[in-house]
Amino acid sequence: MDYALIWYGLIGFAVLIYVVLDGFDLGIGILFPKASNEAERDLMMNSIAPVWDGNETWLVLGGGGLFAVFPLAYSIVMPALYAPLIIMLLGLVLRGVSFEYRFRTKRGKFVWSIAFFAGSIAAAATQGIMLGAMLQGIEVDGRSYAGGWFDWFTPFTLFCGFATICAYALLGACWLVIKLPQELADRYYDVAKHWGVALVLCIVVVSAWLPLTHEIVSERWFNLPNSMLYFMVPILAVVCIWQLFKSLNNHQAVRAYLFGIGLFIVSALGFSVSTFPYIVPFAVTYADAAAPDGSLKFLLTGTVFLLPMVIAYSGYAYWVFRGKLKHDEGYH
Amino acid sequence: MDTLALDLARFQFAFTVSFHIIFPSFTIGLASYLAVLEGLWLKTNDDKYIQIYKYWLKIFSVTFGMGVVSGIVLSYQFGTNWSVFSDKTGPILGPLMGYEILTAFFLEAGFLGVMLFGMKKVGRKLHFSATCVVAFGTFLSAFWILSVNSWMQTPAGYSINEAGQFIPEDWLAIIFNPSFPYRLVHMLLASYLTTAFVVAAVAGYHLIKANHNPLAKTMFSMALWMIVVVAPLQIIVGDFHGLNTMQHQPAKIAAMEGHYDSHDGAPLILFGIPDDQAKEMKYQVAIPKLGSLILTHELNGRVQGLDAFPEADHPPVSIVFWSFRVMVGIGFGMLTIGLVSLWLRKKGKLYQTPLFHKVCVLFGPAGFVALISGWITTEVGRQPFTVYGLLRTADSASPIDAVAISWSLTAFVVVYLCVFGAGFFYIIRLMQKSPTRYEQALEARLPDGAEVPPASHPNRLP
Repeated sequence: MDYALIWYGLIGFAVLIYVVLDGFDLGIGILFPKASNEAERDLMMNSIAPVWDGNETWLVLGGGGLFAVFPLAYSIVMPALYAPLIIMLLGLVLRGVSFEYRFRTKRGKFVWSIAFFAGSIAAAATQGIMLGAMLQGIEVDGRSYAGGWFDWFTPFTLFCGFATICAYALLGACWLVIKLPQELADRYYDVAKHWGVALVLCIVVVSAWLPLTHEIVSERWFNLPNSMLYFMVPILAVVCIWQLFKSLNNHQAVRAYLFGIGLFIVSALGFSVSTFPYIVPFAVTYADAAAPDGSLKFLLTGTVFLLPMVIAYSGYAYWVFRGKLKHDEGYH
Repeated sequence: MDTLALDLARFQFAFTVSFHIIFPSFTIGLASYLAVLEGLWLKTNDDKYIQIYKYWLKIFSVTFGMGVVSGIVLSYQFGTNWSVFSDKTGPILGPLMGYEILTAFFLEAGFLGVMLFGMKKVGRKLHFSATCVVAFGTFLSAFWILSVNSWMQTPAGYSINEAGQFIPEDWLAIIFNPSFPYRLVHMLLASYLTTAFVVAAVAGYHLIKANHNPLAKTMFSMALWMIVVVAPLQIIVGDFHGLNTMQHQPAKIAAMEGHYDSHDGAPLILFGIPDDQAKEMKYQVAIPKLGSLILTHELNGRVQGLDAFPEADHPPVSIVFWSFRVMVGIGFGMLTIGLVSLWLRKKGKLYQTPLFHKVCVLFGPAGFVALISGWITTEVGRQPFTVYGLLRTADSASPIDAVAISWSLTAFVVVYLCVFGAGFFYIIRLMQKSPTRYEQALEARLPDGAEVPPASHPNRLP
């Protein structure tokens, strides 16, 4: 059995779950300035306070998992993405502590609102930049990173950073529509639409930009007969986009949210088509980077049982705090 | 890799990991304390326990948040600054950390929300289960991460492949490596002691203000019982841990004891100024033979000094020597406080002795100081290796130049000092508030958690 391939799938799954879950939660930070007052920000923050920690744990699983099963990839990618990684971590620190600190002070509340916004947007942007840096390829010599310290800083990666901000803001707006009291919620349908339009434009640009500048990517996509299968990806994307806007127009928040997630999944598929079987594009394949089977099997044995449990009780936590936040009269 | 970059990378790791360890060491103990409090409340129906619970829950949630975010940094820092180490040890340490994430982090994160905000939504019994699960999660987390650390100290169950990576041969031998059981127990007890001293300090502070405060009295009493039991136990466990270290890392023991030269019937050096250049202990104050007695449990036992090891393998003596003394000194101070509390309790004056309360306030941060000193002792004592005897620290670092590391180090220092400084300020402010019968739980801040004005507060949860 190809354990390394299973792990490639599992790590991809963890990252995807992270992006979907922390996506809406970072998105709320990005939308913080949109709120009309601090009371509304309280509501926004409280809608994610019980779950954000669990969401972020998927990022730890992505990083920790990479260290465990693809140590070579971990040791190449982390130095390659040094600066954006550090900025992301510091952003996550800032926004993470804001959840508690904002409620611990009246005088300094605005400081932590700003920290929450700045941390969220920094984390979102750097995640996009890192994704872009992976897509444009990482230079490797032997078992270590061989590129420069600013290879991650190109127009393309910056654009990917912007695209990620749009994507997260879209998910955040959908989440707010679901969770906020009715009279506050409706405004966020329009917010979702604006970010949605921006996201669609970004996806179109990235999809054109990458194959045009990177031959290795275009060869993969325009390669008969595989192309027939690959072209399902853009078709699915069009379906998701169409349904997303239809749901937003009909004020069906949950549906819109799900198709937003669908768009994330399609993008992840697109990423895989562009880079598979490389785990450090376009230098180290998942098989080359994999730890010995002994390590892969040992961790997989537990994961088979633990991961479904994790999903079950994380789901339970969401279930406990389900439904709209009830509007307290005192808040307006 | 130049030495400046290496030193900066080491300092950065020491800085971020030292900051991080403060939070989990406190939350491990506090989570268990909260579980005990809620259990007592369910058993006795005495509301004072749930009020103490709510008081500490606020402090717990701030601390836990800081622990989570400072921990995420660490899970990536192995790769950014120590990529060669990551590549080589990943096949062994990675899966252990993977299990930590899957068994502990998700468990804590999943049930923390229920614990903090869910009392009204899930009811007493389920809420108690959530508290217990979070406490169990903190224990599991300690289990795995100490297994990882212990393997770096006393590697076992591995082989090395042609790429120079450590490859697993026997997972049980890896997880339960020789120093792991000692280190785990020592660390868990340290967390309990740390928490007990924080609780005792806060309770002591409020007893000084009003020595009839019933909640402060209960806290004070509980914390001091904990200290009475755990402080002596910790000294015994520490001794076992030391003997285990002597067996596996004798050079570390030599540095801790300040022995440059090997002895039969070695003295116990109480104080002195280690001089690494001259390889001698200056101005030493020592008790003859006691060193051998402690380490070998024999008056004339042979104790190896640093001269028994190649100079390239010596750990820096002065740091290890001093940090060890700080830890041990505080440990005996803790023991004394426990004994004094027993005596005061017998005389019925535990709550009426302001001087003792002041000493307890003074000892509030002692657990943290002892804990960090202990970690400095064991980690600096492991130098110059990351994996003891096998992988040198100098050969573990990322190919990153000093400029990049100094930028990131500066950013970490600035952000950490601001962020955790603010957190420290908020925690102190929470601690300054007297525990009262009107403690509000955190859910009071959720918009749909019914906010009850303190005057009409029913004084119990639904």
